[in-house]
Amino acid sequence: MIDKKYIYVNSNKIEWQKDFNITKILKVMNYTFKMIVVKVDGKLVKKEGYDTFFVDENSDVKVIHLISGG
Amino acid sequence: MKKTEFYAKHNSKILSVISKKKIGIIGAGGIGSNAAVSLARAGVGHLVIADFDIIQPSNLNRQYYFLDQIEKPKVFALEKNLKKINPFISYRMINSKINELNLAEFFFDVDLLIEAVDRADQKKMILESWIELYPNKPIVMASGIAGIGGNNMLHTRKIDNIYICGDEKTESDESNLPYAPKVVMVAAMQANLALEILLGAKNDR
Repeated sequence: MIDKKYIYVNSNKIEWQKDFNITKILKVMNYTFKMIVVKVDGKLVKKEGYDTFFVDENSDVKVIHLISGG
Repeated sequence: MKKTEFYAKHNSKILSVISKKKIGIIGAGGIGSNAAVSLARAGVGHLVIADFDIIQPSNLNRQYYFLDQIEKPKVFALEKNLKKINPFISYRMINSKINELNLAEFFFDVDLLIEAVDRADQKKMILESWIELYPNKPIVMASGIAGIGGNNMLHTRKIDNIYICGDEKTESDESNLPYAPKVVMVAAMQANLALEILLGAKNDR
């Protein structure tokens, strides 16, 4: 039996998948926010990297949702 | 008024720390102008404040300006108002729009940045630029400040060097406008948190 692997997205424990790029993670999390900033293990991932940046197991993904008003 | 009179009710240990600190504020609207007033009253030594806008009559419902300042550039009007409260600290006002190219030029030497702009795309630009430029320097963001009520929804969230204040829910738009009480509360949360961070408080959140 193979042990399951996980990542953390905004502190939610999610089962890791081999093709987990940012776009897929956002979809799995059902995040539809318009304006977000993404950090993986403390490092910024910009929008152009959402399809090409693949997240390793045990990664800590933070999605910061920014909304208008100031 | 003497400086010692102004600071008569300040804790000297706290004042000795924060009077040496420099805080940057991007945006001098509802959040920025009110946060600046709190920080000036608290005795932060240096404030660097940027905005490119002029004061409109509709700003007076929540921003720290007065009737006779309409159509004046926000940063210069704010400087006058702040100096009427605390003339004993230094102010640097920047009457320009901040972008990823000039952010470092104006804010490279601040100890902490308060993000106080209106549009979400500008918040994203500022936050991404800050993370890349200064991954260990604190930035205090405002997110979710519109409408009335919902006191208990307001919170602070920390992610590495990023702190977010607001309810993270209420988008400001034509159907959900910003009102003074909540805007001033979030501005005060940001100012209070900024002081706490600069004083090196241990209670991490």
